[in-house]
Amino acid sequence: MKTFKIGGVHPAENKFSADQAIEVLELPKQVAIPIAQSLGAPSKAVVKKGDEVKVGQVIAKGEAFISSNIHSSVSGKVLKVDEIMDQSGYRRPAVIITVNGDEWDESIDRSEELKTDINLSKEDIIKRIHEMGIVGLGGATFPSHVKLMIPDGKKAEILIINGVECEPYLTADHRLMLEKADEMMIGIQILMKGLEVDKAIIGVENNKPDAIAHLKNLCAKYSGISIEALKVQYPQGGEKQLIDACLGRQVPSGKLPIEVGAVVNNVGTAFAVYEAVQKNKPLIERVVTITGKSLKQPGNYMVRIGTSVNELIEKAGGLPEDTAKVVSGGPMMGKALNAVDVPVVKGTSGILLFKEEEARRVEPTNCIRCAKCITVCPMGLEPILIAQYAENEMFENVENERAMDCIECGSCQYTCPAARPLLDYIRLGKFKVGQIIRNRSKK
Amino acid sequence: MNLLTVSGSPHVHGDNSTRKIMYGVIYAMIPALLVSIYFFGLGAIKVTLISVLACVFFEWLIQKYLIKGPSTIGDGSAIVTGILLAFNVPSNLPIWIIIIGALVSIGIAKMSFGGLGKNPFNPALVGRVFLLLSFPVQMTSWPKPSVLFDGIADAITGPTPLGHLKEELKGGRTVEDIMENGTKMIVDGQEVIYRLPDYMDQLLGNMGGSLGEVSAIALILGGIYMLFRKIITWEIPVTYIGSVVAMTGILWLIDPEMYVNPGFHLITGGLMLGVFFMATDMVSSPMSRKGQLIFGLGCGVLTVVIRVWGAYPEGASFAILIMNAFVPLINSGLKPKRFGEIAK
Repeated sequence: MKTFKIGGVHPAENKFSADQAIEVLELPKQVAIPIAQSLGAPSKAVVKKGDEVKVGQVIAKGEAFISSNIHSSVSGKVLKVDEIMDQSGYRRPAVIITVNGDEWDESIDRSEELKTDINLSKEDIIKRIHEMGIVGLGGATFPSHVKLMIPDGKKAEILIINGVECEPYLTADHRLMLEKADEMMIGIQILMKGLEVDKAIIGVENNKPDAIAHLKNLCAKYSGISIEALKVQYPQGGEKQLIDACLGRQVPSGKLPIEVGAVVNNVGTAFAVYEAVQKNKPLIERVVTITGKSLKQPGNYMVRIGTSVNELIEKAGGLPEDTAKVVSGGPMMGKALNAVDVPVVKGTSGILLFKEEEARRVEPTNCIRCAKCITVCPMGLEPILIAQYAENEMFENVENERAMDCIECGSCQYTCPAARPLLDYIRLGKFKVGQIIRNRSKK
Repeated sequence: MNLLTVSGSPHVHGDNSTRKIMYGVIYAMIPALLVSIYFFGLGAIKVTLISVLACVFFEWLIQKYLIKGPSTIGDGSAIVTGILLAFNVPSNLPIWIIIIGALVSIGIAKMSFGGLGKNPFNPALVGRVFLLLSFPVQMTSWPKPSVLFDGIADAITGPTPLGHLKEELKGGRTVEDIMENGTKMIVDGQEVIYRLPDYMDQLLGNMGGSLGEVSAIALILGGIYMLFRKIITWEIPVTYIGSVVAMTGILWLIDPEMYVNPGFHLITGGLMLGVFFMATDMVSSPMSRKGQLIFGLGCGVLTVVIRVWGAYPEGASFAILIMNAFVPLINSGLKPKRFGEIAK
């Protein structure tokens, strides 16, 4: 069975919510939709206090090439456009809407009917994906239309669909592959048309045999798409790792996947593309896993963007008494939240609750130079070396040790027997090196 | 509601710890320790116990009064050093010499560099070599192995197979002659014929030597356990053993009269102890796979060079210490294979 060649770890999977079908979360009373939800230039709000909005109406526009539109996920009245605390813990501009009914924009096709014929041209597909605010739903939230626009001189050969979900606990993509497989397959075909490729591979780890079997059955119906069952290993969902696993090609340092002829999209993105192109539906909701060891009912919910994380927790049985940490995303790469009344955004794949004893970090001791961090680093770096250089503020060495190749998967810190905060220091190093590089290019 | 903890990812930690690794090494040394108790009796227990206690005590003392930091004796590394030091000395070594060895191992070779993880050289080996150079007589009078507690274990001393062979080869005899006919020796005024132990005895450990090094089988068992637990990796043991076999094999093929066969080299002396417990010491061996391959190779070649042409019959300790000195160079020169480097 295939997997990536360098490094990797296998943390406890803890996929408690794998058997919970996706449920639609009730409409909240109020949503707070952050204006900047994707990588790239921030969007600008186009509504103001007192405006009536419908579901799917544009409320913020991205004008720059790498940017995306934001749509209202509910119908109601704009309470205010103001700064609120988002998942980063900083105050950022958001549109706050008081929900009133559930009135959708007329252009959106809300029927359950599966639309298989792809009528749009390549250019229209890209335009539609841009307009509908589709971004990578794997977590990086890179605007999807940009990925479809291949730079001059490069050629896409193959589309790789990321159904790996290598993060422990998370099951949102798994459920989507089981429940929305047809839509996803059409979404993949749309992406293939947009890229002008005739081959697509869906990479799925073999801890999801039901999803693999289900998709394999469907492959006969959708030409050009095949399934690659992959050996379970974290971080296989990393773009470069997934390409290596599926194609045996390694994207060179500092380059994009297109360098080896590949474009990678998440299964959730493929589903969103289907809805955008076939149903004219913007990205206003997504599947979010809510899970944790002490949570009463872990589950998977279809959540409107802007809904408070708190509502999701209440739905899953309420915040357990012993909760000491709330993570947005998976345990390996997710972000710890400093409050639960922050909105779900396009990049929110899961909400993970940790008990007191899970939340506490192990006290670090001296590095014993066991080299386990080097063995597990999927980028073939020396995490301990980069971390020590960063700790001693030797940022030139940090750069020379190729810190910028680090994908921040956390495998080094996870595996360190001395519990060194390796990734903390590497992040610091990358931040400083990023500044140095920017200053250099200014000169 | 209660305050939430905020920290950078990853939010989970594997179940590995320094303590688990160190105790894993300790478990791996148990077979060899049991064998040496069997062959060397109470002496082996006494030496090991004193060595461990002294190492732990010195680490505690230095950490508390010189470094003035939290105690680190709980991580088990001082115990590992203690047992390894004991493994490298004869079982009849006087107590005060062992304590000096422990002080050198922990005080000079480990704590003066900043404690666990900072030492360039393997502490137990530094202690051993210090004792060997300072107390050559006591360090090379090996008690004859005798089956459990027959009371005379400590009294009679005999040579190690490697030492004996080297001595006799220097005297102009051939390997075959020494092995077949044995050597006449005077012990307590009586003439006896000393014969090299046969291969089965060598494998099990029924021969003269440092207390932990005699049983190749027990050491290999421990090594396999550590490989299985992923405490050590295959690179250093394989290249170390491989290069010893290759080099002694070539010499043996050239002139079997002058050079003993590779099998003899493998199971006598401290080679297996060095291969599995000393050369693989995480702290003082290279980090990258390529570096580990070179390191193992270097250890093997140097061990044979010292054994065959050097002044000492045994070369593993010196070879590993010399290679320890090369580790920073190896680490900076041999990087792991980066992702994307073989791109095509």
